[in-house]
Amino acid sequence: MAFLNVFKRSARKRTTLAEGHVVPDTARCVQCGICTYNCPIEIDVRAYVWRSEAINRSECLTCGECVARCPRGVLRFERTDLFKAGAS
Amino acid sequence: MRHVIIGSGVAGIAAIESIRSVERGAEIIMLGDDPHGFYSRPGLAYYLTGELSDQALYPKTREDYKKLGFTYRKARVTKILPDETSLQLDDNSLLTYDRLLLATGAFATPLAVSGATLQGVVKLDHLSDARNILKLAKRGRTAVVVGGGITALELAEGLLARGMDVHYLLRGNRYWSNVLDEQESRIIEARLQVEGITLHFHSELQEIIGRSGRVNSIRLKDGKMLKCDLLAYAIGIQPRVELAREASLHVDRGILVNEFMQTDDPNIYAAGDVAQVFDPISGRSILDSLWGAAREQGCAAGTNMAGRSTPYVKSIPFNVTRLAGLTTTIIGAVGHGRDEDLVGIARGDSETWRELPNAVIAQSGFDVNRVRILVGEKKLIGAVVMGDQTLSIPLQRIITQQVDISPMRDRLLAHDAKLSDVIVDFWTKLKS
Repeated sequence: MAFLNVFKRSARKRTTLAEGHVVPDTARCVQCGICTYNCPIEIDVRAYVWRSEAINRSECLTCGECVARCPRGVLRFERTDLFKAGAS
Repeated sequence: MRHVIIGSGVAGIAAIESIRSVERGAEIIMLGDDPHGFYSRPGLAYYLTGELSDQALYPKTREDYKKLGFTYRKARVTKILPDETSLQLDDNSLLTYDRLLLATGAFATPLAVSGATLQGVVKLDHLSDARNILKLAKRGRTAVVVGGGITALELAEGLLARGMDVHYLLRGNRYWSNVLDEQESRIIEARLQVEGITLHFHSELQEIIGRSGRVNSIRLKDGKMLKCDLLAYAIGIQPRVELAREASLHVDRGILVNEFMQTDDPNIYAAGDVAQVFDPISGRSILDSLWGAAREQGCAAGTNMAGRSTPYVKSIPFNVTRLAGLTTTIIGAVGHGRDEDLVGIARGDSETWRELPNAVIAQSGFDVNRVRILVGEKKLIGAVVMGDQTLSIPLQRIITQQVDISPMRDRLLAHDAKLSDVIVDFWTKLKS
């Protein structure tokens, strides 16, 4: 059963990657850089926030490190709905 | 067209971005005397606690600056000569301008007690102050913090994180009494004490006593003595208005600007902590020391300087901060009166927050998760959200967009109302 759980986790991770991305609320941000500092693959998350853009880099692991570390709640996951039934 | 910007903070950078987006060919010169240029000043708190390196505080790269195409000159302006549309710099040279932006920020209000110039008396204005604090914390054992608002806690928690015994002196009987209510103050104080900070209520600093030019102890007004190696203060900030005042511009607590961020000299604009901006809700001109507001104002000033006349409507001030490790959102008018620990406003603060609102208070929550809202006739006037931030974004939108709350007002004010359920329900319907 534990073996099957590994597959479940992996499938969930892929779903998150395909269906969600990190989006900012720029008004809350003070550009402290904790998000960029903690990104394991060195995406300059802070620069996206300055431009009010979602972190749309394909390399983003959606690991949640930036979301969890931000002391001001600037970042959150949002569904992209790209693969939602009926989406073209 | 030559635009000159004095100050290298977020208002100045935002102004350059918006000038450039309107006028591709304009000459832009930024003058600054901060040796570190543009960095995140609010991020200094996280540098003090060790959550960030100092190198991580710089939001812009060399490439970003190159793209903006402006000249940065490390220089201090000694005089504005409005009649000659020129500036006198510290090397006695003159620099002419067509449009000038004063984005000179604010500085920490100095301590007016004996011993305030001793080595080991510190503030948190610049990156160099933060570096100095870390250096002193390495060789010191005991620190005393005086003041109020966000910066005083940032100092206390930063020094604690660096291994010092921290004593926090409060003049009154609770923390930040003109913005937080009593229960909120008590939540913060309890958490500070659990973290290991010793709070001293009704304690006013009388004198700092030194030995060999360094802080050695302090004496309180009631005569008590406390040995310490470092004294950190954050008793408020003062907008840097001297240049404007000497140039006979209209100055009150800050530099007064109209809705175009323009001073009473049509060629001179002001933005950020130094600007006192008209607030359409209260009908008065208000000082803020908020990063988001400074960026908005810089952006608006830049657009107007570049000739695209666009009025700036001051938004309802809000800030999200961490108080004793607890994420706290403060929006709109939530308190009143004055705080004995602060002279004027502090960093991350707004005068609007302490304007006694004509509103009914509703609150719910327990332990560390708490929400307090100020309910007006048809609008929410202010809110404080502590701990769980689920309501932070809905309340931010409802208050700043001045949404008509009539459909939920009675439920909000009902006895034992579960505020979070009522607000989430209202918010969900509003969005759909």
